[in-house]
Amino acid sequence: MSLPGPARADRPGWLAAAQMLLPLIAGGMAIATLYGAFFYAAREKTMGDVQRIFYFHAPAGIMCFLAFFVTFLASIAYLRTRRRIWDIVGHSSVEAGMLLTSIVLLTGPFWARPVWGTWWTWEARLVWTLVLWMIYAGYLLLRRYTDDPDQQARFAAVMGIVGFLDVPIVYYSVHWWRGHHPLVLKVSGGGGLEPTMRIVFLGGIITYLFLYMALMALRVPLGRMEDDLRRLEASSRARARGRRDMARVT
Amino acid sequence: MNPPPAVTPAGAAAPAATPDSQAAHAARADHHAARRARGPDMGVRAELARAALVAAKDLRIEMRSLDNVPAMFFFALLVLVILSFGFDFSTAKFSDVGAGVLWVAFVFPAVLSFGHAFALERDGECLSGLRLTPADAGTLYLGKLAANIVFMLAMEAAILPLSAVLFGYDLAPVLAPLAFVIAVHSVGFCAVGTLFGAMTARTRRGDVLLPILLFSVSVPLMLAAVRTTSAVLNGGGLWDGLTKTWLVMTCLFDLVFTTAAWLSFQYLLEE
Repeated sequence: MSLPGPARADRPGWLAAAQMLLPLIAGGMAIATLYGAFFYAAREKTMGDVQRIFYFHAPAGIMCFLAFFVTFLASIAYLRTRRRIWDIVGHSSVEAGMLLTSIVLLTGPFWARPVWGTWWTWEARLVWTLVLWMIYAGYLLLRRYTDDPDQQARFAAVMGIVGFLDVPIVYYSVHWWRGHHPLVLKVSGGGGLEPTMRIVFLGGIITYLFLYMALMALRVPLGRMEDDLRRLEASSRARARGRRDMARVT
Repeated sequence: MNPPPAVTPAGAAAPAATPDSQAAHAARADHHAARRARGPDMGVRAELARAALVAAKDLRIEMRSLDNVPAMFFFALLVLVILSFGFDFSTAKFSDVGAGVLWVAFVFPAVLSFGHAFALERDGECLSGLRLTPADAGTLYLGKLAANIVFMLAMEAAILPLSAVLFGYDLAPVLAPLAFVIAVHSVGFCAVGTLFGAMTARTRRGDVLLPILLFSVSVPLMLAAVRTTSAVLNGGGLWDGLTKTWLVMTCLFDLVFTTAAWLSFQYLLEE
């Protein structure tokens, strides 16, 4: 039985650097984007200052999609290779994605209330985001209620794949369901945006990208440590049982 | 496929043969022995036959125990009754809200049925027995899926005429398209439900987890079901405008999720 030594305490240098630098960059970018959103980007004509939440709302929506896509890939990789790391990556990415989706769902109403006069409306994109949030809440619940670690990883991987396959279908279905409702903002790669707005919007995307990477850099090693702890506990239990059995024999 | 000549040792069958053909013969005999050991046939048709056996087993259990479909029926009936308190059908037209009422009554009992299908296999380690059979995991899935579809359709076939009586709408003129719409959407719902049923049967709080996973993933299916059922109840045709789009999406959903579940079922059955 090879026990993992104190290995993870002295992490490799690149990881230590990433764990320190990525949150710093994300924080710095967040401050820069905040400044840009309030003082640099042009004031939107009809919506006014309320629109400035857009720079934190929309990029989170884009990044949560990336996070769930990473889970989808990691889930396939786990089922193919059965390497623990892919399960940990998939799990971590869903947690980060849930945070981003929650940001989208929470910042949305603050924008919707003054502009549409209602906190929530059953508009296609809102419903899509909510359903996405629920699917991955289901993923996390599934993990919580599965005890055996291998089974947990396999079930979660299947859910990570099936859930992501559902994402485009949900997207189209809610659009047909709501008919040809006008989109909130016709954004395609920032093409329809005023130049200063586009810069701040890109800043928002970069902020969330670094936030996502920072979270992953912290969460994935934590997952490995959880694994090590679980293994150590299991082996110490087994050894205690062995000692008991020996005592009974002698 | 040539049947093996006889079950004699390779060397004894052709004493005068050259070493070359002897080796070939031995190889062929090994090949056939391996085939016999694996079972009669490994083709698609054999797998489908095995899936039918699994489904037949579940149907037979249900015929003898009547544990599932009657309970689903009464649950669905209760849902109809409770929803009739929620909507005032003396003023509301059934064709306006009926689609939602019908589908709530269809899917809630079906969720219980999916949970039951695998609780059945878990008791007495039946699942281990099934995994020892030559059937693939995917084949087991197809068999379970077929049985679940039959159960759900049976319940719906009983509830639909009853709903016409209870809510006083004219079923006869819309029966054919309505039956088609209900069947297509039930298949998709069962495809996802059978997968998650197998998963949650082996977790804690599986009874709570199953509806959470199932309903969130089948949101598009439910939208399509309610929209098409509503269109059909209002006298629309299956190929009118958006109804056609919905039906195409549903068929796509059925196909994608049946395939995904069929491929991933092996990962759920591992110990």
